[in-house]
Amino acid sequence: MLTVEDINSYYGKAHILHDLSLSVAKGDVLALLGRNGAGKTTTLKSIMQLLPPETGKVQLKEQDITGTPTHRVSKLGLGYVPEERRIFTDLTIEENLEVGRQPERSGVPYWTREILFDLFPNLAERRSNLGKALSGGEQQMLTIARTLMGNPEVLLLDEPSEGIAPVIVEQMVLTIQRIKDEGVTILLSEQNLHFAKLVANRAIIIEGGLKRFDGTMEELNADPDIREAYLSV
Amino acid sequence: MGVLVAELLAGLANAAALFLVASGLSLIFGVTRIVNFAHGSFYMLGAFIGYSAMQVLPGAIGFWAATLVAAVAVGLIGVIVEFLVLRQVYKAPELFQLVATFGVILVIQDLALLVWGPEDLLGPRAPGLKGVVHILGEPVPSYDLALIGITPFVLLVLWYLISRTRVGILVRAATQDREMVGALGVNQAWLFTGVFFLGSLLAGLGGALQLPKGGADLLMDFNILASVFVVVVIGGMGSIPGAFIAAVLISVLNVFGVKFIPQSTLVLMFIVMAVVLLIRPYGLLGREEAPGEHGQVGDPEQPISPLQSTGKLVVAGILVVLALFPIFDSPFLLVLMTDVIIVSLFAVSLHFMLSLGGLVSFGHAAFFGGGAYAAALLVHYVDTPMSLALLMAPLLAGFLALIIGWFCIRLTGVYFAMLTLAFAQLVWSVVFQWGEVTGGDDGIVNIWPAAWASSTTVYYYLTLVIGVGGIILMRHVAHSPFGYSVRASRDSILRAEATGINTKRIQWVTIAFAGAMAGLAGGLFVFSKGSVFPTELEIAKSFDALIMVFLGGVKTLSGPIVGASSLTIVQDFLSRFEYWRLALGLLIILIVILAPEGLVGSARKLGNRIGLGRSEGPGT
Ligand SMILES: Nc1ncnc2c1ncn2[C@@H]1O[C@H](COP(=O)(O)OP(=O)(O)OP(=O)(O)O)[C@@H](O)[C@H]1O
Ligand SMILES: [Mg+2]
Repeated sequence: MLTVEDINSYYGKAHILHDLSLSVAKGDVLALLGRNGAGKTTTLKSIMQLLPPETGKVQLKEQDITGTPTHRVSKLGLGYVPEERRIFTDLTIEENLEVGRQPERSGVPYWTREILFDLFPNLAERRSNLGKALSGGEQQMLTIARTLMGNPEVLLLDEPSEGIAPVIVEQMVLTIQRIKDEGVTILLSEQNLHFAKLVANRAIIIEGGLKRFDGTMEELNADPDIREAYLSV
Repeated sequence: MGVLVAELLAGLANAAALFLVASGLSLIFGVTRIVNFAHGSFYMLGAFIGYSAMQVLPGAIGFWAATLVAAVAVGLIGVIVEFLVLRQVYKAPELFQLVATFGVILVIQDLALLVWGPEDLLGPRAPGLKGVVHILGEPVPSYDLALIGITPFVLLVLWYLISRTRVGILVRAATQDREMVGALGVNQAWLFTGVFFLGSLLAGLGGALQLPKGGADLLMDFNILASVFVVVVIGGMGSIPGAFIAAVLISVLNVFGVKFIPQSTLVLMFIVMAVVLLIRPYGLLGREEAPGEHGQVGDPEQPISPLQSTGKLVVAGILVVLALFPIFDSPFLLVLMTDVIIVSLFAVSLHFMLSLGGLVSFGHAAFFGGGAYAAALLVHYVDTPMSLALLMAPLLAGFLALIIGWFCIRLTGVYFAMLTLAFAQLVWSVVFQWGEVTGGDDGIVNIWPAAWASSTTVYYYLTLVIGVGGIILMRHVAHSPFGYSVRASRDSILRAEATGINTKRIQWVTIAFAGAMAGLAGGLFVFSKGSVFPTELEIAKSFDALIMVFLGGVKTLSGPIVGASSLTIVQDFLSRFEYWRLALGLLIILIVILAPEGLVGSARKLGNRIGLGRSEGPGT
């Protein structure tokens, strides 16, 4: 579904990602694991072409999207949920969803406002409230819902469990499972191994922009050394 | 009572054009973060195109159709400008964008001259609305009443568009976070173009609608610019209701001003602005500016190091050549070179605060003209000797800069720039309207140098010594401990504060010092020309200085000198042609797009690329 081949990405002169490759098959939930500053966000931004890689290739359904403008990447079926959430604080919840809305595409899970309000009842109650009136957890829900309004085939989730209350984290697990069950392929970055285990079937570990592990969740579970070396457990 | 109501209605009618232009500017700024200085030009084009369309389309329907045609045509022109020019500079520093839009102003001025000729055009009266209506016994033009009805209608339409439609939602979202809107699949480029269309259309509509009241002429673009900025600043950048309230406030105030204190109408609006900003620094309905995405003047430069020996040699060589100029025995050349030196001093003083201090001033002419007027007034009224006047010019200009700076340092970025522009206009309007003292439009004449300096050659040497002295002084200050704290305040306010630097005070002193140096240039200017007119305080003068700094390249101290010299000489050359503004405007736009490092920066880059050793130290 989505493959990344040997990409190298830079912020200015700082070389962040080194020959990184990964691939996500249809229906997979792949967890991109790594410590603070490992390069998880950079990987997602490179895939999204918010930070086009200098070399290497990003392919979505066999189509090379390297260097394509971000808005077109989004239309081709990649949904991006940023780490900082970046909801529009001066817009209402409904308006936030409207910004993300894209037309229905055949063969791709179709999300409407009402379906999403079912999935996130908290948001439904507060649909006319401004974004800035929401709690951290609600903002996280909104940013996911907003991206789903674009009917993505592959969803890039940057640390969805970060900075939200434990109760909401549980809810987030259910949400991600539900999105997966609808048929959306998911690539999520995480520091929280426990959370990743609950939702993902495959995992990749990066450190310093280099790939250190690539395998199924079971394989990772069976390999405590790797976990110890590259994750803060 | 009746009189008051009639005045009020006149004020409301005048608010129409102002609101339309200001709301367009605000809208464009909100989404694209570009302060479109060419917005006044769109207003002017609206008037001209409306005029032509009204010649063709007859009757009442024709009149209103022509108004709409003009609005849409200007909207399309806005799209062309956006597409050809602004798209290239969205990511560039603010200064670059300003210079690009200024190039557009020049191009449009000459194109309008080319198409409609130099004569002022008398606006046709609106068919069916030619008479007056009596309200409480006072005659009120019917057309005024129509305008009073149209403005809230436009406001309503805009409000609907912005708050109720998908496009409006996207516009508001993009105002907050453009990149995220793009990541959600929205093509920003089209959004920007759309906003530019709408904003320009509003300006064009304003221009066409005021035709029956004011006609069309080639000065409309600059004439409305200052009021529009005042309105936008008072209302809050990016707020359309704010623009409406402020336009009404300013226009009503204006008509009452004309009625009761006719000498101070222009000044009044700036006083209101100063008061509003003291209470609400970001305008009535504005929000605090988010930290700039790309800085105001570009990346921090390499640290400017003191001149190395080769550099010193080059400078000495240039000085020797300058000192030898009089042997050519060409008064024309000496006068031109005197101009070049004065203008260089002016440009370097702007560069000092802009590049070193990160303080982008759009109103530097206030200090140049301020110094010039200080010297001229001293000579005119109390027969001050030239040497004393040349001393007082920088002191008084510096004092003026202290006052203006006191207000301006409260703001940052675009707001700072707007405020400096507004204050410069305040100074201009005081000089322009206070005719008994300043001579108003007629200026002050017969301010000649002292007898010993009256020959062109001697005055040239005097200018050379003082001008070069001033520039060296500024270089010296730039490398002094004070200069380093100026730079520290620019690069990181937090870090500078942490090391115990009072950044606001530093900025204040920087403005005062730069102002004084501009004033010195102004003093030299008066005696070289023998007269001074309000043009020395105009927006165009401030823009000239910005363009010089930009042309030379922001990052080097020699940049402004190179920029000032080349612009003065190019202008001198081009002004022999009829359409020199067109040529200059195109040249400026090309440089912004093709050589954004400026002349010195690009030359150095080229030099590096073809392998020339760097004979000069960085920052010479
Ligand atoms: N805008 C930037 N400019 C320069 N360097 C950056 C920038 N953003 C991130 N970096 C650097 O790139 C490296 C990878 O950062 P990245 O944000 O991808 O890490 P991450 O794995 O997402 O970390 P976290 O868990 O903290 O979100 C880090 O060393 C970081 O300092
Ligand atoms: Mg991250």
